[in-house]
Amino acid sequence: MNAFIWTIAVVTVLGLVLALVLYLVAQRFKVEEDPRIDEVEKAMPGANCGGCGFAGCRAFAEAAVKAPNLDNNYCPVGGNDTMAKVAAILGYEVKAKAPMVAVVRCNGTCEARPKVNEYDGYASCYVKSLLYTGDTGCAYGCLGCGDCVAACQFGALSMDPVTGLPVVDQEKCTACGACTKACPKRIIELRPMGPRGMREFVSCVNKEKGPVAKKACANACIGCGICAKTCTHEAITVEANVAYIDPAKCKLCRECEAMCPTGAIHGVNFPKPLDKDAVKERIKVRQQKAKEAAEAAKKEVTNE
Amino acid sequence: MSKLLVSPSPHIHSKVSTKSLMLDVVIALIPAVICSVVFYGWQELLVLGVSVASCVLLEWAITKYMLKQPSTIGDWSAVITGILLALNVPYTTPWWVIFIGAVVAIGVAKMTFGGLGQNIWNPALVGRVFLLVSFPTYMTTWNQPQGLFGVDAVSGPTPLGAIQEGLLQGASVQDLTAAYNYKDLLFANLGGSAGEVCALALLAGFVYLCCRKVIKPWITLSIFATVALTSLIFWSVDPTRFTDPLFNLLTGGLILGACFMATDYVTSPMSLWGGVIFGVGIGFLTMMIRYFGSYPEGVSFAILIMNSVVPLLNMWFKQKKFGRK
Amino acid sequence: MSKHTFSIGGVHPHDNKISRECAIQPLPIAPTVYISVAQHIGAPSVPCVAVGDKVKVGQVIAQPGGFVGAFIHSSVSGTVKSIAPRADLAGRAFTHIEIAVEGDEWVDTIDRSETLVTAIPDDPKAIIEKIRLGGVVGLGGATFPTHVKLSPPPGSKCEQVIINGCECEPYLTSDFRTLLEKGEQVVVGAALLQKAMGGVPCTIAIEENKPEAIAHIREVIAKLGYKDMDVMVMKMMYPQGGEKQLIDAVMHRQVGSGALPISVGAVVQNVATALAVYDAVQKNKPIVDNSVTVTGECFPKQANLLVRVGTPLQYIIDFLGGIPADAAKVISGGPMMGRAVANLQAATVKGTGALLFLTEKQTRRAPETNCIRCGKCADACPMGLEPFLLNKLSKAQDWDACEANAAQDCIECGCCLYSCPAQIPLLDNIRVGKGFVLGAIRARAAAAKAAAEAAKK
Repeated sequence: MNAFIWTIAVVTVLGLVLALVLYLVAQRFKVEEDPRIDEVEKAMPGANCGGCGFAGCRAFAEAAVKAPNLDNNYCPVGGNDTMAKVAAILGYEVKAKAPMVAVVRCNGTCEARPKVNEYDGYASCYVKSLLYTGDTGCAYGCLGCGDCVAACQFGALSMDPVTGLPVVDQEKCTACGACTKACPKRIIELRPMGPRGMREFVSCVNKEKGPVAKKACANACIGCGICAKTCTHEAITVEANVAYIDPAKCKLCRECEAMCPTGAIHGVNFPKPLDKDAVKERIKVRQQKAKEAAEAAKKEVTNE
Repeated sequence: MSKLLVSPSPHIHSKVSTKSLMLDVVIALIPAVICSVVFYGWQELLVLGVSVASCVLLEWAITKYMLKQPSTIGDWSAVITGILLALNVPYTTPWWVIFIGAVVAIGVAKMTFGGLGQNIWNPALVGRVFLLVSFPTYMTTWNQPQGLFGVDAVSGPTPLGAIQEGLLQGASVQDLTAAYNYKDLLFANLGGSAGEVCALALLAGFVYLCCRKVIKPWITLSIFATVALTSLIFWSVDPTRFTDPLFNLLTGGLILGACFMATDYVTSPMSLWGGVIFGVGIGFLTMMIRYFGSYPEGVSFAILIMNSVVPLLNMWFKQKKFGRK
Repeated sequence: MSKHTFSIGGVHPHDNKISRECAIQPLPIAPTVYISVAQHIGAPSVPCVAVGDKVKVGQVIAQPGGFVGAFIHSSVSGTVKSIAPRADLAGRAFTHIEIAVEGDEWVDTIDRSETLVTAIPDDPKAIIEKIRLGGVVGLGGATFPTHVKLSPPPGSKCEQVIINGCECEPYLTSDFRTLLEKGEQVVVGAALLQKAMGGVPCTIAIEENKPEAIAHIREVIAKLGYKDMDVMVMKMMYPQGGEKQLIDAVMHRQVGSGALPISVGAVVQNVATALAVYDAVQKNKPIVDNSVTVTGECFPKQANLLVRVGTPLQYIIDFLGGIPADAAKVISGGPMMGRAVANLQAATVKGTGALLFLTEKQTRRAPETNCIRCGKCADACPMGLEPFLLNKLSKAQDWDACEANAAQDCIECGCCLYSCPAQIPLLDNIRVGKGFVLGAIRARAAAAKAAAEAAKK
């Protein structure tokens, strides 16, 4: 019985003494920090993905507290909700940014872009890209080993076994940019999500001349420029034999998509399927009217 | 013509594969297996059969049904664990005890860590030590071998066990060891686990593995050297209390442990000096447990302890890089 | 005679020198050649001819693009058809000068006779200048401009010239045949190199599996009376011909990490380069052709061919009967360090030494399994590295740890992947780590240089 009481007493006293020591040490060696850093960190999503450009959520919080405004600090994972909370804590203004999403700009499926050799090395796009230009006739297209899928911390990317291309789940995508950095071919781009998710983009990055690109892949952009000529919003440029749609100027009219001869321009999340014939008719009528108006104007000038 | 293959260099590969290495180890163990079956009879065959079958079956079932991955039994490593486990236990061990040993060896010591190549401790030894601690009676009853054609079994301790008991009762080591001669120890006429006897068969397997370049000899040789040196020092100081070097080299699971367990790739260091330190540690710990510990046999524990130190040895002892001091 | 070898690592693939009896024959000239301007280490050369120009064999068609650069000469006579990007064997586009062949007219200054010219010029600088004008680059495969190698930075001194006749890669025999058939020219070339480096001793290193070459070269040296040149017999092991390994084996000195061979006083040149040096200095003949071994067990007609630079690979293959049906891989070079050809329309370059055909059984990789921590990769690595660790670190993208474990020292010989029982693609990942580490080292050096210059101001 004696031993029992002694044991309890000794252990209790030991525990109290050590607790006191720990408390004193914690007070003595406390690092004075701006308490707002902790508050901001609590508001962060806690993914530590690096999408903001800082090494984790705490690093972002430290930088945000030190910065004079929030112009250069944006958390793509938390988005506008998180930024509003951070702004409230720090007393800054923050403009809501349009949500972005990762877009895979290649449609070289197994069917459209046949393989011309068989890759037998380690299954990584980076290793494959160090070795050669790929196992298809297109030197710019997706290599299909899934470095982007491995890089995504949010499970938003997966490889489609039938097409051999990566697929983005826009619900899970946080636009952190990890996949854009992982892709050695620079095929993935962060583009605005678009109103109700609707967006237009050119699904090709092949810089070869038209016939060469088309020989390698049936879905290639051949740089014909019809899309650029059709677009009435000056949103499309053709450079190095490939077209690019500027998301800031694009008004989602889908006329370029209708006119594209190879189907390289894609529109996603539109409520109705594109009626190419109707759109082509509409464009023809508009261009006819414009031609007549131009001729009429010319006649007026010569008359005067 | 089918499409050309394209890969980074090199474009050829040596004939060696995991399976070929494991098969070589199995071949090296065959003399010891035959030896033990001849000395202990059909019961030993049963022990071996149950052990190997359990290990292979368990690994197959775990990989296929729990991990849902392709089964890995094709690399023969489960067979080796099965054989080593069987050689480490008495031939009278009941089949269900061996099965539990296999569950611990394969299920706990190997598969929970991630399968082949990921475990820290030698699976066969973990299985054996678990059985030793959980079923001490079965594991420490050593019957006199009757051979394939014998009938009666007589219980008795192993040489090491007898020495320890004798010492506790006050006898001197010289009197006790006089009962054995080295020829018997070498050629296995005494009680012990199947792996303790047949020293010559085990050594033959070891030489085979070295010639085939499957293992390098320095871990084993450093264990033997350390055991010999340590026991030499203690025996010279007090021959009445400590057994002599040759006795220590030939008894217990030392030869089996040094040749086949300590040299297991996964649980031993990668570099030369790492291996030597590993061997020295095992030898020293074995002798300390034998002389001063409460177990008569120390090789299993010594190897498991040194297995824990291997990651540190790999970090501290790296091979010399070209062109650097 | 005792055999010399390097001190760390190495593997023993079967040497498979099945084409060793094939004497070097000239390949008939292709109808069109495509000469790349980027066929050496350093800046790509700048074309100095225009479309429509008529050129002769040995005429300069591209100038060096920088200090580390080389002249490029036409290998045929004919008309320049285009100067445009064309895909190399990996599918990457480089500028090629396309020449439609007409006849075989050579530039007048080239001495095409078979007479052996043994008179060595007195002035080392003159020798190096002729090497530079001849567009000579390292023909062991690295294609480093030779005249740059022979011009050591101030403060370093050459103590020995080593001629690499090891040809340690399996299957390759063009260097062996060159030693047998053009041994005298090679020896004079070696003497020229000795003179260029200030009259230092020279060792010709030949592996023990070439006894005829060893005997012949010893005879030639004795006949020509070169006193400070000898032949050293090397143990048959891969990578005996690796520059750092060879210096270790011959001079027992190890070149430090990131350092050049000249830092230990060595200059190493391949046998084919020594021959090119002879041609450039004594015969005014620039590099317009090189010996290519075409081989492989599945290839019916083994051959050693003298091929004009810029010949399409498909032409060479067709001349010898086409690709065998069971060939699964075509390799430019040897099986350990050669490059798999993805594009058979590519043309040969100065560094092309072999075309190897391997069957699927010989070359298809087995599926990867768990690392069993056997350490065979570390035992095999000739640079004393730990490939199992570097593989893991590269996959985890830990470049700092890769640098701490010396990924930048890797010579990409392939011994690790060759030895791994678990079929792990070690070198594939280590290359990635090596690339990032070298990039980081270069960036640090550039930043340090910029900081030093800013401090000066």
